[in-house]
Amino acid sequence: MSDPVAAVPAPRAVPRTDLTDGEWHHLHPATPLLRGGIFMVAIIGFLVANLRERLIDLFIGEENYAGNPIDEIYQRGALGWALLIIAGVLIVILVVFYLSWRMHTFRVSGEIVEVRTGLIFRSNRKARLDRVQGVNLARPLFPRLFGAARLEITVAGQDGNVQLAYLGSKLADDLRRDLLHLASGLRQARQPTTPPDALAAPFVTSPSAVTPAPHVNPALIAPGDDAAATPHSAFGDFAAARYSEFVAPELDPDAAPPESVVRIPPGRLIGSVVLSGFTVFLILAVFGLITSVIAGSSGWVLVAVLPGLIGSVGYYFSRITKQLRFTIAGTPDGVRIGFGLLSTSNQTLPPGRIHAIKVSQPILWRRSGWWQININTAGQASGRSSTPATSSIILPVGTLADVEKVLQMVLPGFDTDTHRALIENGMLGGRKRDAGIADFYSNAPARAVWLRPFSWWRTGWAVSGNVALIRRGVLSRDLILVPLARMQGVGISQGPVRRRLRLASADLHTVSGPVSASLSVLDVDEALVLFTWMSTGAVRSARADTSHHWSQTEAPTTPTATPGAAE
Amino acid sequence: MPEREVPDASLPEAHSPDPSERLELPDVGEWKRVSPKHVLVEIVGTIVNGVVICGGATLLWLLLDQTWALWVGIAVLVVTVVNLVFEPRRVRAIGYQLRADDLLFRRGILFQRFVAVPYGRMQLIDINRGPVARWLGLADLKFVTAAASAGVSIPGLAEADAENLRDRLVELAESRRAGL
Repeated sequence: MSDPVAAVPAPRAVPRTDLTDGEWHHLHPATPLLRGGIFMVAIIGFLVANLRERLIDLFIGEENYAGNPIDEIYQRGALGWALLIIAGVLIVILVVFYLSWRMHTFRVSGEIVEVRTGLIFRSNRKARLDRVQGVNLARPLFPRLFGAARLEITVAGQDGNVQLAYLGSKLADDLRRDLLHLASGLRQARQPTTPPDALAAPFVTSPSAVTPAPHVNPALIAPGDDAAATPHSAFGDFAAARYSEFVAPELDPDAAPPESVVRIPPGRLIGSVVLSGFTVFLILAVFGLITSVIAGSSGWVLVAVLPGLIGSVGYYFSRITKQLRFTIAGTPDGVRIGFGLLSTSNQTLPPGRIHAIKVSQPILWRRSGWWQININTAGQASGRSSTPATSSIILPVGTLADVEKVLQMVLPGFDTDTHRALIENGMLGGRKRDAGIADFYSNAPARAVWLRPFSWWRTGWAVSGNVALIRRGVLSRDLILVPLARMQGVGISQGPVRRRLRLASADLHTVSGPVSASLSVLDVDEALVLFTWMSTGAVRSARADTSHHWSQTEAPTTPTATPGAAE
Repeated sequence: MPEREVPDASLPEAHSPDPSERLELPDVGEWKRVSPKHVLVEIVGTIVNGVVICGGATLLWLLLDQTWALWVGIAVLVVTVVNLVFEPRRVRAIGYQLRADDLLFRRGILFQRFVAVPYGRMQLIDINRGPVARWLGLADLKFVTAAASAGVSIPGLAEADAENLRDRLVELAESRRAGL
């Protein structure tokens, strides 16, 4: 910040940026370039380089020129024309870029965030802030080098996100904070931070110039940023600022207390990727390959399989670079998950946006005691896009202690000793020799052995407070937690085989995602108990739930703004 | 909300272990049943399916001389006939209930299924009419939630009933609106 001296210790709710005033604002001026314009320039360059002779042929109409086109142009006295053409092309590119930047505006008010874009095909996208399912701050490698970031506001539904691409890195950080404050229901202390006429002007002028925000608490600024953003700094300063931003930790130090941050040592991460099912497959493939070569089969097997094996190296590399520097932190505005080595992503899941949680342990991880946590959120774009806006993994690999910490973050109030015992029993408990011993879980009866010969003693369920827990699986151990306030419905069913065994199966309906909360065998009377508890619990929890404005302490007013607003 | 107890693992064994006993929810009210005319819709659907598959199998058998097709055709025929016999009972087994805060739905006799969906979870309600159902003045109502599988579909309602039920459900959902 250029002028941190003027700052007064600001109350928490004062906006850090002046973008949330309901006026239309522009994005980072380099946006068209970062959004793909760079490829256009590169393609033009490629075409010119490759079609050089054709172009010369076209303009000069002579086959045997001296060789260097620039010399040739100079000699023929066509320098003026050449410069004119180049200038013309540049101007056209600049005008197109300028117009697309000019037409790409966004606004944020207390209720909504809205983006409009497009020169010829105009589009307009509007999202209600109390329906926000997550705020994601992504920095792909190239924009990251230039200190830009993409802010994605995820709402429920297929392809339901509002993208602000690109913003200055610091600005995006601050805007995310303001958005979360607005969404949390904390009314901001409205102070005109800049005179109204200044608001209408584009607020960023160069990649390193960040909006002056007088009301910034100097303690909130990371020390590296102080040097970062004087608008007219020399190139060295610019590079230094970029560098400090590049290596700076993803997480605001003030956003979360350090004891609530879970980090993953790189060694463990690499180990977890190596100990995955893919490795087993790979080893089998290599083994098969070797045997087939020894057995004297023709070379085509080698040709068919080898590229796949080489490609698998790329898979490991991308898995590891994507998940390196993984941090999970509990902040007042929800769980913040940051990951990525080169392209980074940092997503915030406000409280009450997680619909189901799965703690799982593939069998290869059992010796090391590692676990993975996946979640279902309504904002996960399932299917269509290959890179979903929100990742479903919130802990790629962690120990039992890490799992407990993360579960406490995502399920507030889930931190008593009873809860801890419940979690530990769900993850580790339910051994065969303990079958029949009470361990908080209501387990499947022994006659379920006909349907689940190896896992019946681990198949059980429990309800604690507002969370339903399902424990299952023996090869790959699963513990599934469903907040009842988010549950969409409950079903039990019974076919002829289960009827004969006096068993039933149950299914807790959640939004679609990698976690399915179903229980394949349970006693029929327990199934009826489960059905009653879940159905009454879902109603009760949903009524008590205020997480759509999670910081509002008073009871939520009934939404009157748009009664018919369906998500 | 008061903390509820963790269920006791040693739940008392069933009162009367009669293996043929069907799943029945304790202390729920009167189930509303769908229109008996819906049997006709199901029968027509089953017959059409059976005829198409049997016809295809017969063609395969006669024209391409595939003997296995004959057996498949016979099996489908038997299944169709059995289905037709059980159709009235199956339609009688479909029931729904508007409880205070959620919609309760059941169906099936051999494969039983009970579903409860809180009204506040409603995202939209569909009313569909197939050709036979339209001729009989019936409609299907579908209660759609954000979950992929929790959709409750009540077939065979009289058209006026379906519309009344839709309006009632929308009204109930509006007064109990919860987030996602």
